[in-house]
Amino acid sequence: MSDVRIITGNEAAALAVTLCEPQVVAAYPITPQTKISELLSEYVERGTLKAEYVRVESEHSALSVLIAASTTGVRTFTATSSNGLLYMHEQLHWAAGSRLPIVMCCVNRGVAAPWSIFNDQQDSMSQRDTGWIQLYCRNNQEIIDTVIQAYRIAEEVYAPVMVCYDGFILSHTMMPVEIPDAAEVQNYLPPYRPHTFLDPERPRTINPVFFPWRRQNADGVLCDGYMEMRRKLQKGLEKARDVIAAASRDYAERFGRDHGGLFWTHRVEDADIILTGMGSIAAEATLAADLLRDEGVRAGVVGIRSYRPFPLELPPVLRNARLIMVFEKCFSYGYEGGVASDLKASLYGTGVEAPVIDVIAGLGGRDVKTADLLGAVREALKSLEAGDRACRTVWLNCREEE
Amino acid sequence: MQENLFRINDREYILPGSRACQGCGLSIAYRFILKALRENTIVAIPPSCLCVLHGLYPTTSVIVPAINNSFAATAAAASGIVAALKAQNRPDITVLALCGDGGTYDIGIQSLSGAAERNTDFIFACYDNEAYMNTGTQRSGATPAGAVTTTTPVLTKQDNKKDFIKIMEAHNLPYIATVSPAYPIDLYDKFVKAGRIKGTRYIQIDTPCPPGWGYPSKDTIKIGKLAVETGVFPLLEIEDGKLRFTGRSKTLAEKGKRAPVVHYVERQDRFRKMSIEQLNQFQASVDRRWNDFVRRAGE
Repeated sequence: MSDVRIITGNEAAALAVTLCEPQVVAAYPITPQTKISELLSEYVERGTLKAEYVRVESEHSALSVLIAASTTGVRTFTATSSNGLLYMHEQLHWAAGSRLPIVMCCVNRGVAAPWSIFNDQQDSMSQRDTGWIQLYCRNNQEIIDTVIQAYRIAEEVYAPVMVCYDGFILSHTMMPVEIPDAAEVQNYLPPYRPHTFLDPERPRTINPVFFPWRRQNADGVLCDGYMEMRRKLQKGLEKARDVIAAASRDYAERFGRDHGGLFWTHRVEDADIILTGMGSIAAEATLAADLLRDEGVRAGVVGIRSYRPFPLELPPVLRNARLIMVFEKCFSYGYEGGVASDLKASLYGTGVEAPVIDVIAGLGGRDVKTADLLGAVREALKSLEAGDRACRTVWLNCREEE
Repeated sequence: MQENLFRINDREYILPGSRACQGCGLSIAYRFILKALRENTIVAIPPSCLCVLHGLYPTTSVIVPAINNSFAATAAAASGIVAALKAQNRPDITVLALCGDGGTYDIGIQSLSGAAERNTDFIFACYDNEAYMNTGTQRSGATPAGAVTTTTPVLTKQDNKKDFIKIMEAHNLPYIATVSPAYPIDLYDKFVKAGRIKGTRYIQIDTPCPPGWGYPSKDTIKIGKLAVETGVFPLLEIEDGKLRFTGRSKTLAEKGKRAPVVHYVERQDRFRKMSIEQLNQFQASVDRRWNDFVRRAGE
């Protein structure tokens, strides 16, 4: 019997965490994430979640607590947003470099300055190179399902997973969500097996200084140096491509919901106009594509679910595209949006020649309506039909200086 | 219970040939700390002299489990270990965070204050060598005024040392103590005692540093003893707010006499540029702090 509740994205995340039964949770409040940490505190105090909850004094400490707890052999969780995530930055590298299967929700919010509490994805996007797997959600159902999948992925590849979803748009908006059955989640998610831990029975120093070269241990065995360790992290994330896809397939079989592995598509089979993006803006793009279809434009959507590892399977999907529109809520200053950069790089040499129009939208919470996306597509189509095949960046609904 | 040299745990937890400097005050202290806490201990350390002492991958000189984490976060890492052990129902393991003065007074103060406020069940010990020694003697919040460091090379440090005992006292901890590697039995006793107490316990270790302080490496014990003889570093413990002197400092307090601080200062090259005014101020601040401790010990 299905259990459907009308809940916010943050409650969906908190319920998912409870189903995964982490033993240590540490978090520091920041809008729009705060409700997750409040709910988890409540679950712990009521005894419905049997975990140690460490009410830390900063985000830096929150992740530090989890790094040490995970190394001591337990499943862990934290959540943050925006400047809180940036304050964790050093520890994000440390968690990934230590190959710890920590799961964190990043409730996406713009970063200062100027100060903003509202949604965009600059926070998680600016943590791209930390070695974390990043999964983006479209709606609240996807949040609950993705958090559960995140633990399975993290614990299989020994890399931390950041489950990203848009602040307020999802975190504070109520939607019907089917709550997975607790026993079935237990079947889906095997118990946590730590790969190394702090134990007086087997003393070792974890994360000591590495020299640039490889060195012998006390038994004369040549061991990894820094570069080998880093190479292994990349191999872990390469392996994650298959693991993310398999985790998604298995989840679909057990729970009847398939949100895609590394990406999802909407009406792409015969599409020659492709709209792409991550998170709720990609969901918005499906509405725009449907409206374009009504006008006879063969539009479809490719939603990027896993930003790291980045999907490599997109070129065949985009093979017939005349135009690719990237809608993204972040920017790499001095160049262009990060999704557009990565997408273009992945198309290099594959024969996909369509111009890529990078549409920067919704920074600092500026509203993005379906009509706005439609307008951007129509504008780009007009240029294309006039023979302009240049790639370019457009800032949507942003007043230009006179 | 008072220990003596013949009753100290004879097991060694630091193997010969660590990467610490010759005459390192930390390595002496750490040897006796681990003897006191024994093998059922997990240590959290920051990147620091102690991290160097622990060795380069894949070898280590220390045979208790340890985790090196970021500089600011040792107390948070210890909090994570404590939480994970509690979740796994392993109350028999002692968690020790061991940081230098940078990881305690400066960059580490936020996570330490948070962990102490939560009365996290661990021992936080600060090996105070009064500057950033691992990076080559830059001034810290623990450097005394008048000391030359590589970031106060011409004028000497102009600001006074932070009173960290007062800061930790403000957290209402069950146990606070000061120890010196020059008095290893006193150090051993206090760590044994701390190991039996629950909640956050803070221990400050005076840690003479031959290259940083500028004295011959054979003189570490001598310098450590002079710090106590002059009252620069009194040996004491504070249990639930009640202060008492221990060891040599107790005798000095009872006799009511201490050596002048100049005896301590003149043996260290770091004080070579200390002015007469700075020396007088140093003596005055040591006197003031000592008299305050004497008054409190008499209460």
